[in-house]
Amino acid sequence: MANHTIAETLYVPYLDEKGILSWLLSTDHKRIGIMYLISISTSFLIAGISSLLMRLELIAPGKTIVDAHQYNVLFTFHGTVMVFFFIVPGLAASLGNFLIPLMIGARDVAFPKLNLGSYWLYLLGATILLISLLKPADTGWTFYTPYSIKTGTDVILLTTGIFILGMSSILTGLNFIVTIHKLRAPGMTWHRLNLFVWASYATAILQLLATPVVGITLLLLIMERVFGIGFFDPAKGGDPILFQNFFWFYSHPAVYIMILPAFGVISEIIPVFSRKPIFGYKAMAYSLLAIALISFLVWAHHMFVSGMSEVAATIFSFLTMLVAIPTAIKVFNWTATLYKGSIQLHSAMLYALSLIFLFTIGGLTGVFLGSLAVDVHLHDTYFVVAHMHYVMIGGTVMGFFGALHFWYPKMFGKMFNEKVAKVAWALIFIGFNVTFFPQFILGTLGMPRRYADYPPEFHSLHELSTIGSLILGIGVFIMTVNLLRGLTNGEKAPENPYNSVSLEWQVPSPPPHENFEKIPVVTDYPYVYGKKNTQEG
Amino acid sequence: MNWLPEQASDFAGRVDTVIWFVTIISLISFILITIGLVYFAIKYRRRSENDETPYITGNLFLEMLWTVIPSILVMVIFVYGFVVYRDMRTPPQDALEVNVTGKQWLWQFQYQNGKSTINELYVQQDKPVKVVMRSDDVIHSFFVPAFRVKQDLIGGMYTYLWFTPTKVGIFDLYCAEYCGTGHSAMLGKVIVMSPEAYDRWEKGEEEEEGKAVAGLPPDQLGEKLYKERGCNACHSIDGSTLVGPTWKGLFGHEVSLTDGSTVTADENYIRQSILEPQAKMVKGFGPVMPAFKGILSDDDVAAIIAYIKTLK
Amino acid sequence: MEEIAMEDTHSHGHQIDPKVEYSAAKFGMWLFLGTEILLFGGLFAAYAIFRAKYAELFHEQHKELDVTLGAINTVVLIFSSLTMAMGVSAIQRGKRNLLSILLVITILCGIAFGVNKYFEYGAKFEHHLTPGTSIFFALYFMMTGLHMLHVFAGITILTVLLVLNLKGKFSANYNTPIEVGGLYWHLVDLIWIYLFPLLYLIS
Repeated sequence: MANHTIAETLYVPYLDEKGILSWLLSTDHKRIGIMYLISISTSFLIAGISSLLMRLELIAPGKTIVDAHQYNVLFTFHGTVMVFFFIVPGLAASLGNFLIPLMIGARDVAFPKLNLGSYWLYLLGATILLISLLKPADTGWTFYTPYSIKTGTDVILLTTGIFILGMSSILTGLNFIVTIHKLRAPGMTWHRLNLFVWASYATAILQLLATPVVGITLLLLIMERVFGIGFFDPAKGGDPILFQNFFWFYSHPAVYIMILPAFGVISEIIPVFSRKPIFGYKAMAYSLLAIALISFLVWAHHMFVSGMSEVAATIFSFLTMLVAIPTAIKVFNWTATLYKGSIQLHSAMLYALSLIFLFTIGGLTGVFLGSLAVDVHLHDTYFVVAHMHYVMIGGTVMGFFGALHFWYPKMFGKMFNEKVAKVAWALIFIGFNVTFFPQFILGTLGMPRRYADYPPEFHSLHELSTIGSLILGIGVFIMTVNLLRGLTNGEKAPENPYNSVSLEWQVPSPPPHENFEKIPVVTDYPYVYGKKNTQEG
Repeated sequence: MNWLPEQASDFAGRVDTVIWFVTIISLISFILITIGLVYFAIKYRRRSENDETPYITGNLFLEMLWTVIPSILVMVIFVYGFVVYRDMRTPPQDALEVNVTGKQWLWQFQYQNGKSTINELYVQQDKPVKVVMRSDDVIHSFFVPAFRVKQDLIGGMYTYLWFTPTKVGIFDLYCAEYCGTGHSAMLGKVIVMSPEAYDRWEKGEEEEEGKAVAGLPPDQLGEKLYKERGCNACHSIDGSTLVGPTWKGLFGHEVSLTDGSTVTADENYIRQSILEPQAKMVKGFGPVMPAFKGILSDDDVAAIIAYIKTLK
Repeated sequence: MEEIAMEDTHSHGHQIDPKVEYSAAKFGMWLFLGTEILLFGGLFAAYAIFRAKYAELFHEQHKELDVTLGAINTVVLIFSSLTMAMGVSAIQRGKRNLLSILLVITILCGIAFGVNKYFEYGAKFEHHLTPGTSIFFALYFMMTGLHMLHVFAGITILTVLLVLNLKGKFSANYNTPIEVGGLYWHLVDLIWIYLFPLLYLIS
């Protein structure tokens, strides 16, 4: 490729072109990534506010600020927006779009127009969700039948919105798989890919395989409400458990759609701030795929007490335990990466280390729920709520915040205030634990989830949890303000502030529209830190 | 502070042992990882920009080690959880059967002796009980934390669970599967009685409960019934609209019915609405209330009417 | 591991090497077809579960379906798949006009299928056989209805391709959209080939 010379080109950052249409009509993967970032962050903040309202209601027994129906609407809104509008598309679409082409040495994704189309579908889905709020649904984000068939609230619009999001998710996943297969730069073999790309690849496989199933499930639910087809209605010979099987066949893999990109993120952050290669690269890459595949075999562990046969419950309990193994490998390998490193506690690194810590709690409590005898007691209690938030906030959101702080200079070409970022991290870390740790104990004590009201013996733990949620809320607020202020007041970012060897840091900050002046030739994997001759074991 | 509820069934102790077992394994793993994280983060903190670090890309032995050990541990946990679960799902032959119907938002219990109760399940100490369950509408879940049992109730099929209560007392029963507006009010009690007391209850002699309330004035008895019999799940007393019309200011006022007519909410109307709820439906509400004929006595109905009269 | 020749990707725009573009488009379409099959897979799973549960109901009620109309539609779709495949092969040999003719025939077959289905649905509704009638008819309407939507989507895609072809966009050198659009049409045909015996020919 050396025989081709390029005329003097001016460096034009991808952010330069102004005007709303230059964004909404852009097929540049970086702009689409940023648009997703704005959309999912907005969803996150709105759904976060709804959770603060829920915690306020639960600060004391009896009615505090909302009645039972309003509370049910709040948790449904919180769950659907967080799951379908923030966390499922979240890291995959925003970071994946921005980073994958940069990391594999491509100019864009394989199908840039389709990529923009996916984003429009996301917007369309979000708009439909907003319209559904005229008569907001109260089914919970799981839409269990037959309640979702019988309730008088607007389930049809909400599920239509989610169906459209599903299409967006499928097309994004498809785009990424083809991009990773076909557009890698010369020398970029599979074993030289960033682990974030591996994680996005595993995520995309899940998006392709699982999302159509939830699509058809929601479609059947809509038809049930419109035509009374009776698939899930026992009164018509249908089977309400079939809905749960279909739903979890998607939604359990979806849990990994949510978490795998975060695993990818911290596998990028930790080596950079330890100045060490990632420990056990291949095990890390293949464990991502292993988690993705096993995740298709465990869906029914959500249904141990739903009247399924004991034999089925036993099989699913066994398979569920298997997921713990690749997950444990990851946690140990991340920790081992720190060994003999030169560790800089940058705010992004603090989030990465928090992820290991909190996700370990989330993962271990998952083992409780996988054990049959224990699950019978803990199912549908606050233990599940706490476990789920330790995985989703402790895992995915920590990864997301870590990614925001890590790639911020590259995305926006500016630096944020690092001191404020650390204060915000501390508040978020403390607030999160104070909010959700008491919920484990509420759960073991027997407090069921989705209760608008509760017996007085649970009062003090609920009160503590609400106080924690306020600290968490303040932390997120400070972090948001800090990052937004950086956009206008921040110093100009250098090309590679952390001396990373990964490809995305070798281009200007912010990158030019075409990413690379010349497509690079890759000679090694992106974790070459430390002195090679001191290899030891 | 206790983090597990009282153990009041014969396998509560066994379940708790599994919970403790998993907890201890988890705590050890968690502490090891945390120590590793914190120790490394401090010991290997960056001292200068030119710190030299070794190029370590992995270690097959270590990676095998932390693949194999967790695999063994989770398999042990799986087997232990399964063994206890199997016993929890195998009711003994001599278990006493009680039929449970869940409906939005109350529990109805039917006993083999023909008795029927609402929101209160009467069982005998040390006598195994098999609870055969179904749902009239959406999915509910029968959950008694003190017994460590839980099972969903599903329309169109029967599900079951069993337990042997070991302690005399009153234990909370929750609905654990989200079932709508009244979900958090779908509460019940399991009343475990000594064999003698159970005998008296079974023969229909004065319930101890009954004795205690016999002395109450009617409106106070009505208030008690309002909370215990599940009325409060659907009828507010503060004027807000739940699933059913509020009781506040109900008595003596005109009520519009679905057929367009109006009636005055007097004693006879309220009595009929309790015993045969679908006879005169209030406009804007669905036919969801169960009939209380044969469940509430005349005295109970009179007490509830007296209570409604106090809600001005 | 897979190595893709990228030596030609030197330009500054986003033009990708045509060879890479071709293989990416085909790979992408195959993945998409996979997701379509999974979408129907949910319905096939429901079909299997309910047929096992209500074998007699399925047997009784399938008699209400018009096997002749169904068979005609099967033949129409298989024929359209043939014309589509011939169209792809025509443009690969650079025969643009032949492609136009074959596309028109394929589209007409799709429309004929729709018209046929319209009368079939009409007859069902006249006999008060609706999606709410029974689980069998729920499955019948869901499966054929979802398939019908795919036929419409296919007709739309083929029409766009036809217009582009009339404008002279395709040639022996560049015909990826035709080939990829053809794949989609074959899928629509394939799904029907499964639906027909499952719904009309229960023994």
